[in-house]
Amino acid sequence: MAENAKPRLAIFKLASCDGCQLQLLNLEDELLDIADQVEICYFPEATSQDLDGPYDVALVEGSVTTETDLQRLREIRRNSQTLITLGACANAGGIQALRNTADVEEYTRAIYANPSYIHTLAQSTPVAAHVTVDFAISGCPISRRQLLDVLTALLIGRAPELPRYSVCVECKRSGTVCVLVSAGVACLGPITQAGCGALCPSFHRGCFGCYGPMESANPDSLCQNLMARGVSRAETLRLLNGFAGGSEEFRSAAEKLEKAPL
Amino acid sequence: MAGSPTPRVSATVIFPKPTLQQVLDNLRASGFRLIGPTVRDGSVILGTLEKISELPIGRLLDQKAGNSRLLPTHSADYFACTVGPDSWKRYLFPARSDLLTARRNGDGWIFTPASDDSPPFAFIGVKSCDLHAIALQDEVFVNGTIGDPHYAHRRQRVFMLAVNCSTAASTCFCTSMSTGPHVRSGFDLALTELPDSFVMEIGSEAGSNALAGIDWQPASAFDLGRAAQVTQRTERLIQRQVTTSDLPQLLYERIDHPYWDTIAERCLSCANCTLVCPTCFCSTVEDHSDLNGNRTTRTRVWDSCFILDFSHVHGGNSRPTIKSRFRQWMTHKLGAWIDQFGRSGCVGCGRCIAWCPVGIDITEELNRLRTAGAR
Repeated sequence: MAENAKPRLAIFKLASCDGCQLQLLNLEDELLDIADQVEICYFPEATSQDLDGPYDVALVEGSVTTETDLQRLREIRRNSQTLITLGACANAGGIQALRNTADVEEYTRAIYANPSYIHTLAQSTPVAAHVTVDFAISGCPISRRQLLDVLTALLIGRAPELPRYSVCVECKRSGTVCVLVSAGVACLGPITQAGCGALCPSFHRGCFGCYGPMESANPDSLCQNLMARGVSRAETLRLLNGFAGGSEEFRSAAEKLEKAPL
Repeated sequence: MAGSPTPRVSATVIFPKPTLQQVLDNLRASGFRLIGPTVRDGSVILGTLEKISELPIGRLLDQKAGNSRLLPTHSADYFACTVGPDSWKRYLFPARSDLLTARRNGDGWIFTPASDDSPPFAFIGVKSCDLHAIALQDEVFVNGTIGDPHYAHRRQRVFMLAVNCSTAASTCFCTSMSTGPHVRSGFDLALTELPDSFVMEIGSEAGSNALAGIDWQPASAFDLGRAAQVTQRTERLIQRQVTTSDLPQLLYERIDHPYWDTIAERCLSCANCTLVCPTCFCSTVEDHSDLNGNRTTRTRVWDSCFILDFSHVHGGNSRPTIKSRFRQWMTHKLGAWIDQFGRSGCVGCGRCIAWCPVGIDITEELNRLRTAGAR
């Protein structure tokens, strides 16, 4: 970036719900400081300003589901010094990656009156499948605290504090009682990367795995355990295939589970 | 009611159960925050107490490997429930505590240590295994070569009301680790619960003072006999046995055993075992700065040898696999701890067994490793 100039920031979206980029707007107490520290060049959720690249930092939300988006993504990458992906869609294909194991044309015929207008790819793929990603922020949606920490780290040149351990660590630190051990609730916490503050277990729900696999996750063992507790194979697969089903770790565990004899 | 004069230290007294409320009131009046077992979120956690009615009366934790269920019982006992996932370390060595803030000042920095304004705690209902666990953490944080002022500040002000266990969970094995169920030392007050009354041993001057104004009677020889029977019965209830005589050598001789590959297939490396463990003491620090880098806060948080980044050092990670992390945990806890601190790091509370999501049982695994033979 140029001497004394503010870093130029742009926020893009592919196939997604906008929830992740809205977390930037949800940083109500820090938003003015952020706007003071960076030049927001492109952020349609917040401003009509549309400044051309190159950008110092691009935040990219969403997965690649159309040829147009794929071309846009390549353009974004060419125009950006640092590319940071936001959330489960950008990192693992998102919920829309459920179609990766189905016939997308059949879906299109079933839903749209004129399927010929729909130009979509057969698979929903993560950003990293197409371009180099410099840093990934997990979640569905991402945590605004983590987004702030990454932006801060980038601005002052230190390493971001993003955990690579399990959601269980956050449950135990906060004193949330384990829903799996105390109530038999199916929970992906032991294999999912922390960062959400163990939100779902703190409301007595099992973790849905939206932050994706933690470093050195062991989904095979957890799946066997869930099924030994009486969780059906279909339910276990539904959990694995959900938010981060497109991740390598969850996908290969799901494939093994599908092939295993009943 | 005027009550009896305060009992002398090492005396044993008896009073009706509802009178315990007056003891708690005395402690609160002396400025203590009372912490004890309470029912929350389908389990028993250690929280702030005011009334003895908030204790887990008529509840038990039915525990086995990977399972802990809170069930009703017909008993009206106050302290019959065995230990839940929390241990007292949550209050002495908090999961998250600020250490300092640093503020930019011209070309330099101003460092301000964080202040700990927590009130003194009175721990209500500490079981013998947990008393031993606290003594182990004292070794690490207070008596070690580098003292920890944060821990010491909280620890030295604690009032300890210990309890002789009247029940045991299937996960308990304190008798194998010589840590219970009978409370021997390290308490201000130690109670044994009888059907109609509490028998209370006075362990310190502070314990004696906590009984000021209370209508107690000296415990008779018969009362002492009844109280002794409670712990004797509990001892018989403890089924789980662990052989420790061949430790730590057993573990050292099997460092390269193929056994570790098989356990790594089950272990999730989720860290639950170490976080519920009342003796695990590892922590890391996190720095969080503001956007312009003018102010930063350093926070200490619980860490675990199961967390990958724990063993990340310059040049790489010394324990990159689940196998190496599980081996580190078990070999340290049951083995190297003896060389390091003069005794095992395990107090036999059984928390790691119950709260492991996939039910890995450290006692069963030790036996499995023993039978597997040296390699």
